[in-house]
Amino acid sequence: MSSITPADVEVGAKGGGGAPGRPGRVSLGGLSLNLRSSGIYIAFALIIVLFSVLTDGALLQPQNISNIIVQNSYILILAIGMILIIIAGHIDLSVGSVVAVTGALAAVLMVNMGVPWPAALLITLVAGALIGAWQGYWIAYFGIPAFIVTLAGMLLFRALTLTVLGNQGIGPFPDQVRTLANGFTDGWLGNVGLGPLGGADLFSLLVGIVAIAGMVLAQWRTRSARKGYGQAVDPLVLFALKMAAGAALILFLVVQLARFKNLPWVLVLLAALVLAYSLMANRTVFGRQIYAIGGNLQAAVMSGVKVKSVVFWIFVNMGVLSAIAGVIFAGRLNQAGPTAGNSFELDAIAAAFIGGAAVQGGVGKVVGAITGGLIMAVINNGMSLIGSPSERVMLVKGAVLLAAVAFDVWTKRRAGTAR
Amino acid sequence: MTEHILRMSGITKTFPGVKALQDVNLAVRRGEIHAICGENGAGKSTLMKVLSGVYPHGQYEGEITFEGRRCEFGGIRDSERAGIVIIHQELALCPQLSIAENIYLGNERATRGVIDWNRTNYEAGELLKRVGLRENPTTTVADIGVGKQQLVEIAKALSKEVRLLILDEPTAALNDEDSAHLLDLLRGLRDEGITCVIISHKLNEVTAIADSVTILRDGRTIETLDMAADSVTEDRIISGMVGRALDNRFPPRTPAIGEEAFRIEDWTVYSPSQPGRKVVDGASLTLRRGEIVGLAGLMGAGRTELAMSVFGRTYGVHISGRIFKNGEPIEIRTVQDAIRHGVAYATEDRKRYGLNLIDDIKRNISAAWLKGLSRRGWVNEYEEYRVAQQFRASMNIKAPGVDSVVGKLSGGNQQKVVLSKWILTEPDVLILDEPTRGIDVGAKYEIYMIINRLAEQGKAVLVISSELPELLGLCDRIYTLSEGRVTGEVPREEATQERLMYLMTKGQE
Repeated sequence: MSSITPADVEVGAKGGGGAPGRPGRVSLGGLSLNLRSSGIYIAFALIIVLFSVLTDGALLQPQNISNIIVQNSYILILAIGMILIIIAGHIDLSVGSVVAVTGALAAVLMVNMGVPWPAALLITLVAGALIGAWQGYWIAYFGIPAFIVTLAGMLLFRALTLTVLGNQGIGPFPDQVRTLANGFTDGWLGNVGLGPLGGADLFSLLVGIVAIAGMVLAQWRTRSARKGYGQAVDPLVLFALKMAAGAALILFLVVQLARFKNLPWVLVLLAALVLAYSLMANRTVFGRQIYAIGGNLQAAVMSGVKVKSVVFWIFVNMGVLSAIAGVIFAGRLNQAGPTAGNSFELDAIAAAFIGGAAVQGGVGKVVGAITGGLIMAVINNGMSLIGSPSERVMLVKGAVLLAAVAFDVWTKRRAGTAR
Repeated sequence: MTEHILRMSGITKTFPGVKALQDVNLAVRRGEIHAICGENGAGKSTLMKVLSGVYPHGQYEGEITFEGRRCEFGGIRDSERAGIVIIHQELALCPQLSIAENIYLGNERATRGVIDWNRTNYEAGELLKRVGLRENPTTTVADIGVGKQQLVEIAKALSKEVRLLILDEPTAALNDEDSAHLLDLLRGLRDEGITCVIISHKLNEVTAIADSVTILRDGRTIETLDMAADSVTEDRIISGMVGRALDNRFPPRTPAIGEEAFRIEDWTVYSPSQPGRKVVDGASLTLRRGEIVGLAGLMGAGRTELAMSVFGRTYGVHISGRIFKNGEPIEIRTVQDAIRHGVAYATEDRKRYGLNLIDDIKRNISAAWLKGLSRRGWVNEYEEYRVAQQFRASMNIKAPGVDSVVGKLSGGNQQKVVLSKWILTEPDVLILDEPTRGIDVGAKYEIYMIINRLAEQGKAVLVISSELPELLGLCDRIYTLSEGRVTGEVPREEATQERLMYLMTKGQE
């Protein structure tokens, strides 16, 4: 097997222009790095290191990692839908209210009406889809800006929530729903000793190993196929390093979780959603069309993209994801409340923009939005661990959001003047 | 009388890679109507932008003398203060404001920051009388027609105590009656002592109204003629505009023309912004396999509008007419229909309509043909990459790789990406709108080779171009379009620039 020469890699990695000293790009020991697309991951790593130091390692304790995931799962789920909308050049301000109204609907069905929870869940998801369809219709087919439609939706669905709930919480939820929102996988295979780390759940560890194997296998197959088509790929050493880093990350996460209470169900759900939506965004015609619309709407029209239908369906999708988040949020609190989901839309939007979405649309990644959400989650969590008052947390989050978007605009402007 | 109100001498304006103006001289006598003529891209608008300060002093070379003083305008405000007002082809009025508000926009009749509405409306009314517009100054601009809006622009210019009025294609969007009124008004202003510079493609208007004419070609001054002394005719102007030798800038080709491939009949399109205005009027075209057909027309003739309305109704309203492919009637209601029927349209404005500039080459090439590169909704990225590599080689797209971002490529390479994108859809009919606009000479030759190759493969190609030599060098047959109507169909052997220009400027009877 002939390995790809480093020269090939350089051609592939240099990307456009080929002009020396391209802005937003640094060279580290021969590895060219695109700051604009990878800056977010570097920033995430730095923030984790920072708070690990500030909290004397409390940030990365098993229970705390579990908390970060469970407490922010619904925001991350919303961020997945939001990034698609933002890539297409739209916005959704209503998701917080949709979370509330779908949570309330689930509560009414499950608690008040005694509908079996799987059926109730399904009905709730369909309701979320209908809400998305309602907004998508006005935006895509009627031509009202998404900002306005979803601002109206924010009020409408909050009003609907209050009407349904009559200004009081409904609960408690069935155990299964609570488990999904707040629970962990069972220790089906018992514990194993990990030496000084103590006992850990074998099942969780196995899931982690399977995940690592799956990741390596999929990446390897992609790499082989690319080579088969004559594309430039990372040299074997770099590939191995990347895989090792990814494996170490997953392993660390899983071991810590296995030492605490096993895998949170929402993590399993979240992982599945991230995987599915990343593939959808990158590899499907539909996903490509979302990027095309955001990148240049008129060019997309002239290329035969059914713009209206694509925009409609990403709002339907947002509705469904909001409904999932709504059920999980209500299940976690074990009650559907009238103020549920307040300002969730802002967190989801911030996650998308911190995660590298472009203000004008056309740019963004699902993984980026998740990372953006996690950055905010770690800041929240880390600052509360060191006892910062909430106003300071808010201040820092605001500054981070502004800095992230300013960085994006700045790199773009540099690229523009260099042209 | 030979006193000159304006002298521009040695004006040179360079854009990255292109010399738009080269040592241009313009001398305008006080109190005359001075026309500027030239093909699209000859540099007329650039020259006027230099004059009005859109391109401020320092961004061009050369000297401007106005009213005997050397001028170094830093912006439009400077030139307006000197008394030079330019009225652009696209009117710069706020449609939701009233006539009076528009006239005094940025120049409000105010005392200590508070607008005196009585004075505003009264003085606006006086100006409207001067330009012969019978409308209430409080009428919203959106409620009056384009012709009247043009008059409001002139009233606005008069409010600034204009001494040199520049009009860029003032009658392009007007009907005959409004045009006649406008020309009368200009004569009246001349009698009041206001000097006018008018850019126009309508040579009959130029000969009717102008006192002298300056002809530009390829960014250079060709000549300035005194209409009366030199007894200038339309033909005289045309020969000045096109007088350029054809060199062998075109690759050789032996046409092999086959059956009829595509035909449109009685195609009529109305403007979406100006109700009732026909942008394309009863046009009929036939394209045959292996044939390169040209479509010539001046700006505003409706070339792009015709092409886009055929291509999935992406322009215009109330479109009527019939389309035949291989003799069979077909319906093209959407871009998807057009692609399915093997019709491709490569836009004249590739940055706006043709490319996703922030995405890479391969994804731009695949953008119109994702269905063909996917199975059950999943894009075969490897195949996409392979196809893109193929086009990069066959079209000679100069880029480090197909992962390169399209926005960073040169114009010629961007155009090759656009062409690749449409060739990938395996079309039988290609409409190429200004395929060499903004491209350097070497890349043009390559684009011509590509076009020839497409024709050799038996595809029918329609080339829309403002450059007559390009059409003469490339096409087997050339249609001319004027004011939305097909005014001629000239085979290659009989086509000359003069004949085409005559047909392109032929007004409606």
